[in-house]
Amino acid sequence: MNYKQDFPILNNKDIVYLDSGATTQKPQYVLEKVDEFYEKYNANPHRGAYSLSMEATEVYENVRDKIAKFINAEHREEIIFSKNATESLNLVAYSYGLENVKENDEIVISIMEHHSNLVPWQKVAKNTGAKLKYMYLDGNFEISDDEIESKITENTKIVGITHVSNVLGTINNVKKIIDIAHKKGAIVIVDASQSIPHKRIDVQDLNCDFLVFSGHKMLAPLGIGVLYGKKELLNKMTPFLMGGDMIEYVYEQETSFATLPNKFEAGTQNVGGVVGLGAAIDYIEKIGYENIEKQEKEVVTYAIQELKKLKYLDLYLTSNLENHSGVISFNIKGVHPHDIASILDSQNVCVRSGNHCAQPLMRYLGIDSTCRASFYFYNTKEDVDALVNALNKAYNMFEKYINKGN
Amino acid sequence: MDDNELNDLYNELIMEHSMNSYNKKKLKDPSFSQLGHNPNCGDEITLEIKFNGNIIEDMAFEGHGCAISMSSTSIMIDTLKGKTVEEAKEIVKTFIEMIKRETKSEEELAKLEDAIAFKNVSNMPARVKCALLAWHTVNDLINLNEAEKGTL
Repeated sequence: MNYKQDFPILNNKDIVYLDSGATTQKPQYVLEKVDEFYEKYNANPHRGAYSLSMEATEVYENVRDKIAKFINAEHREEIIFSKNATESLNLVAYSYGLENVKENDEIVISIMEHHSNLVPWQKVAKNTGAKLKYMYLDGNFEISDDEIESKITENTKIVGITHVSNVLGTINNVKKIIDIAHKKGAIVIVDASQSIPHKRIDVQDLNCDFLVFSGHKMLAPLGIGVLYGKKELLNKMTPFLMGGDMIEYVYEQETSFATLPNKFEAGTQNVGGVVGLGAAIDYIEKIGYENIEKQEKEVVTYAIQELKKLKYLDLYLTSNLENHSGVISFNIKGVHPHDIASILDSQNVCVRSGNHCAQPLMRYLGIDSTCRASFYFYNTKEDVDALVNALNKAYNMFEKYINKGN
Repeated sequence: MDDNELNDLYNELIMEHSMNSYNKKKLKDPSFSQLGHNPNCGDEITLEIKFNGNIIEDMAFEGHGCAISMSSTSIMIDTLKGKTVEEAKEIVKTFIEMIKRETKSEEELAKLEDAIAFKNVSNMPARVKCALLAWHTVNDLINLNEAEKGTL
């Protein structure tokens, strides 16, 4: 199947888009639904007594129901809208972390966390006197069971873990991490930003306490994200942002707060984004996760096979392909990733280069940066061939200088 | 950027300077040394300078980064060595203007000597920071020198 026809930008521009880990392209269906909202339903939800505002409220709240069903949350009010995964993580760090972590407690995260699931925990650790500990990788770019068991202890109060690494594509054993953390009395936050676009998430099956993701990495517009949290935890937490619609009564010196989910949704929300996220979910359900996974597996397996043939490449990925998702990081030995990305760009191949908001991981791997090709179900084997051709071009340009340098 | 512009940029001169620069070393007794970095891409250079009165007597660098940042540093050193501080300031200003497309005058650009090789970077917004890193850093070094003189 070729899904590119559903994506206007992939038809309008002559590009090979291999940066879906940064943000995915948007299908026509999502773009139309967002337009339709602004053309037919735009008003400020929860504010007006007139029918247009009530329609906007309904559109907005229906998406909350849709998301709850999509990730199998027990209660609709466990779904909180945010700007993106980063804001969701900050919400948990401020409203849960700062209030529940004490001196000498431990916060455990992995070395492959994105800065958004790392820097907020540094702040919580610094402010509370807690210790920030890391789960490191084995020689296969994975976190071993031993590492999980030795790092999560009775002193651990919070565990933050990415479901899929945005650099390595490693799929972490989050179920095991959650299981062990719960046995030790810690709560777990799962960053699903890189997993939910590709595979079905069931928060009750995972039994995670919090789970975050960004809409724009799963076909929705930029600027809309989600926080899932268990109701009993969210209920006990203090609000993160203060303002309109998150209150009950406001007096000159005191305020009582709204109940869930409004307590965590201060100010006018990105309703157009919410509508787009709802449409993205409908579109994903229509294609079906099984078809998404099938298409990706075929293309990513082909990509790994072809990239492994390029002897000048270093690949940073696990050899257990069942633990690997659609992200492939690589370097041409002796050439800086930015130069590679510029040359690939001249061949209309879009890849990311840099540290991918994961500087501690780069330092741990002993490198500055990588090039990253990240795939989605609209990518094809022809895209892989274009990548390989462009890489050969880059290597040919540098070859004689690399060898001289050595 | 098309293939021609690409080949113009990644040319022999730039490649040689980026991979095998003779300016990549340490000076014996530098007057000043300054770290320059682009945190987002990881380019990092330590630039050393030795002044002899008003003349830039010697410069060298160490560090790592992409071909554009490394060659730009090395070629800048070739261009600025032996110049007076005033001449150097003028060259740095012209280079920055070239990259930001603020000057196109051939006469002005001739001052840049080999550094004119980076002209095409002005068509590559993603690489402007790489090309400018060393030039901003040398400005810092010149300022350090002037600040010290000012306090004498």
